[in-house]
Amino acid sequence: MIEIENVRKSFGELEVLKGINLTVDKGEVLTVIGGSGSGKSTLLTCINGLEPIDAGRIVIDGTDVHAKSTNLNKLRQKVGIVFQQWNAFPHLTVLENVMLAPRKVLGLSKAEAEAIAVRQLTHVGLAEKLSVYPNRMSGGQQQRMAIARALAMSPEYMLFDEVTSALDPMLVGEVLDTLRMLASEGMTMICVTHEMKFAREVSDRVAFFHQGVMAEIAPPEQLFDAPQHAETKKFLAATH
Amino acid sequence: MFSYTFQWKQALKALPQMLDGALVTLQIALLSMAIGLVIAIILTLFRMSGNRILSGFATAWVEIARNTPALFQIYMAHFGLGSFGIHLSPFTSLLVGIVFNNAGYLAENFRGALKAIPDTQTRAGRSLGMSSLQAFRLIVMPQMLRIAFLPVTNQMVWAILMTSLGVTVGMNTDLTGVTQDLNARSFRTFEFFAIAAVIYYVIAKAVTLAARAFASRMFRY
Repeated sequence: MIEIENVRKSFGELEVLKGINLTVDKGEVLTVIGGSGSGKSTLLTCINGLEPIDAGRIVIDGTDVHAKSTNLNKLRQKVGIVFQQWNAFPHLTVLENVMLAPRKVLGLSKAEAEAIAVRQLTHVGLAEKLSVYPNRMSGGQQQRMAIARALAMSPEYMLFDEVTSALDPMLVGEVLDTLRMLASEGMTMICVTHEMKFAREVSDRVAFFHQGVMAEIAPPEQLFDAPQHAETKKFLAATH
Repeated sequence: MFSYTFQWKQALKALPQMLDGALVTLQIALLSMAIGLVIAIILTLFRMSGNRILSGFATAWVEIARNTPALFQIYMAHFGLGSFGIHLSPFTSLLVGIVFNNAGYLAENFRGALKAIPDTQTRAGRSLGMSSLQAFRLIVMPQMLRIAFLPVTNQMVWAILMTSLGVTVGMNTDLTGVTQDLNARSFRTFEFFAIAAVIYYVIAKAVTLAARAFASRMFRY
């Protein structure tokens, strides 16, 4: 369970999170929508401790993410994240990209890491690409590789930060299909996305962020068909 | 007006001796590069550390190494340290001087290379649970070494040629030292130094070609 309590975060003068309260249960798929600068991506990077927070707390299965005593490297093994820019490691093949962290962070043997990597890459449809270098692949393939790389650590939670935003429209579908598959397998996921159709389809709940505040959170049918908040209505009208 | 008679035959008799010297030259150059690379990586980490003392130390090293004559750096290692009672052999002081110089130049090359690697690479590594040192070692450093490979090769050639400065601190076993001895005994200055120049050229060229072959095998992406 991820518990977010009254989290505030500023970059200089700009307060990007103005007291967020949110709980995500095991097995839940939460999507977060909202305009640019609404703070939704920042929230994700705060959840796995890549960004510090200014106030409040984030607790994952009883561990306070931002407590001094927390071993973030350990925590991040449990909370995978995939970014808008997939950040393939260019000097490693697809297989090596996925094997690296299991070997070096989890300390698995080469054979064990390879078995996991092959399984995850097959899972995201890249079984044919094992020995290829990332720059030989499309953005969609690289993004699926990044998902496999995160999954290879057997995380319990997955955070997706606009993973289709930097892709050609043609390639969005294959990545969303991968996310749908994960959702259907019961992975606990928080997806920041601009893909409304996808959000409606896979989410248990959808949260709408506006200017650093979570303006509204509801099951998809309700949020999309009967939004309560004026800003939600405006946003949905503009994106439809 | 041009009464010098070349004595190539005589000079070439000394070739085996000179080749022995060339081996010493190569040995110093390789050692200085290996140690220089390690120190340059440490200096790079210091500069990235955000610690003012560490990054100040690294910056000072790089600045001095790059903006003072290599000859002075070798002098300092030999006579400068000698003033404080630290007496290094010609071999060691030459090595120390060139290591100092190499590390400074290489660290600067690395800094340039690092600028070409997006921060998001480190972030991706950290998000997989790597420590910052692991992310550097496993993700950033291999890319950095690749980007800096050409300037590193140039520095290697430069290190080979710099070893010739050893003669100023009494080095007499490397190629220049041996050549200088032969010259002093025979006064066949032109012949001996021409032969030595050819040997330097061949070594430098061989290193460049070997580096290129290595790069094409190693860097397949």
